[in-house]
Amino acid sequence: MKADPKGVMTGAHYLDGDHACCEGALAAGCRFISGYPITPSTEVVERFASRIPIVGGVFIQMEDELASSIALQGAVWAGKKAMTVTSGPGFSLMMEHIGLAAMTECPCVFVNVQRGGPSTGLPTQPAQADMMQARWGSHGDYEIIALSPSSPQECFDFMIDAFNISEKYRVPVMFMMDECVGHMIERVSIPEADQIEITERNYTKLPPGEYLPFKPAENMVPEMCKVGDGHRIHVTGLTHDYRGYPAMNPEAQEEQVGRIVRKIRDQADDIVRYEEFDVEDADVVVISYGITHRVAVQAVRAARDKGIKVGMMRLIIVWPFPEKRIAELAEQGKALVMAELNYGQVFFEVDRCAKGKVPVILAGHGGGTVHETDYIVSKIEEAYQCR
Amino acid sequence: MAKTEIKIGGFGGQGVILTGYIIGKAASIFDTKNATMTQAFGPEARGSACSAQVIVAEEEIRYPYVKKPDVMVIMSQEAFSKFSPQINPDGLMLIEEDLVNPDGLPESVRLFKVPATRIAEELGRRVVLNMVMVGFFASMSGVVEADAVRKAVESSVPAGTEALNLKAFDRGFDWGEKQKVEAA
Repeated sequence: MKADPKGVMTGAHYLDGDHACCEGALAAGCRFISGYPITPSTEVVERFASRIPIVGGVFIQMEDELASSIALQGAVWAGKKAMTVTSGPGFSLMMEHIGLAAMTECPCVFVNVQRGGPSTGLPTQPAQADMMQARWGSHGDYEIIALSPSSPQECFDFMIDAFNISEKYRVPVMFMMDECVGHMIERVSIPEADQIEITERNYTKLPPGEYLPFKPAENMVPEMCKVGDGHRIHVTGLTHDYRGYPAMNPEAQEEQVGRIVRKIRDQADDIVRYEEFDVEDADVVVISYGITHRVAVQAVRAARDKGIKVGMMRLIIVWPFPEKRIAELAEQGKALVMAELNYGQVFFEVDRCAKGKVPVILAGHGGGTVHETDYIVSKIEEAYQCR
Repeated sequence: MAKTEIKIGGFGGQGVILTGYIIGKAASIFDTKNATMTQAFGPEARGSACSAQVIVAEEEIRYPYVKKPDVMVIMSQEAFSKFSPQINPDGLMLIEEDLVNPDGLPESVRLFKVPATRIAEELGRRVVLNMVMVGFFASMSGVVEADAVRKAVESSVPAGTEALNLKAFDRGFDWGEKQKVEAA
């Protein structure tokens, strides 16, 4: 279906990434945010709070991040598209409920405008150091999907994708921004509502009594039911059967938890998303995502000017990880440089997938600012030499 | 013009951020260029010297921060002391002449002054001094089409204040045009 024009602010705007993220959510059909303010993410909910009385929907400032991360799941089960917004310290508090969203297959979006950590760290400065937390932060086995935008325009565009993917796979989606992208102001073009494709919630056509809320359907994903259609369902964080009732035995664990892992892992080829340039003839490939990708592009061009054959792979969806593509690049003998605003997180995944066939070099940075172009160039040179 | 780095400095409350916003919006919405704006956040940006940074370029902008400003617009002495050492030696320095003493600026930097606060006071509202600076910038730098900047002013200021702000813009612009004639 197409986007509801009420939520679509068609036109060219000069917006920061936080505001663009909010507009993307509204265009995607998000009509509920429960949030707790934290720098550098607060502008997302500020805008939502001012826009939502006109668009129609609800914003609640909750008492803390625990409450924020559970209230949105209530809104989802009541039939709305919903999200919450935070930064590192708040994200840590939300971990328990990210696990609940994964376990109950609650389609929703968690926005994390990353700042330097750990703990309160650098509230007003960027980092990309919550990437592993986004993937594994809650206890138990589960899979999520994570996107990483590098500009206000992408905050708008990818937000729509985030909501659509969350519905398709009934999975919490992590929207991994950073302070630089969140506060950076650039031109954002918002199309007409009829140009925006929206994935509707997959509601069951089965009548009450026959419908089972956790029985896998298309793509291993169960259908949902509409409040008011007469269905009586049970939703719990305990391991459950098709009906949603607690079923604490190894068979139910394998059936339910095995499936919420496999529905992402087995379909990763359809989910992964990346873009590449100059990779074909390259001896070295720089891999990056989000804000760092912008600096990495400059570094790749500068290294090409120096005569090094280097290409670029940019991860748009970081989780699930494009394991096969990384393995292919390593198979082709291309040395790999991982540039990210942390001391090595996605780097370990690249290194794992390369299986020791080629050098994998980390161009890490603790955050507080973005990489210097020359630093990434020096890592490209290092990779080129030890190839 | 490949790429121009612009830094606006002043004290909190002078409209430093809005000045940067209008320049960026003019370039990327009402002109055909790209413009990336970043700003200083945190306690240092509230009350003391604060800054807005805008990169304007024909091509896509990758690295987001301003490193060596080609154009500076400075509205307070503290901002001058803090930011002026960063200026490109071949750059353009535009100052509020009653609030900034530009001592110590390298000779190679082109320096121009405007009594923006006095002009704003003549117009009846001191708060529009930043629009005088925007007009002065539009004239002196030529980075963005003047018409585009006017449109950005009109669409960015509070409803009902457009006429006053545009008047302030025009006064700053005219001051710049006069300075250019004199310099020539």
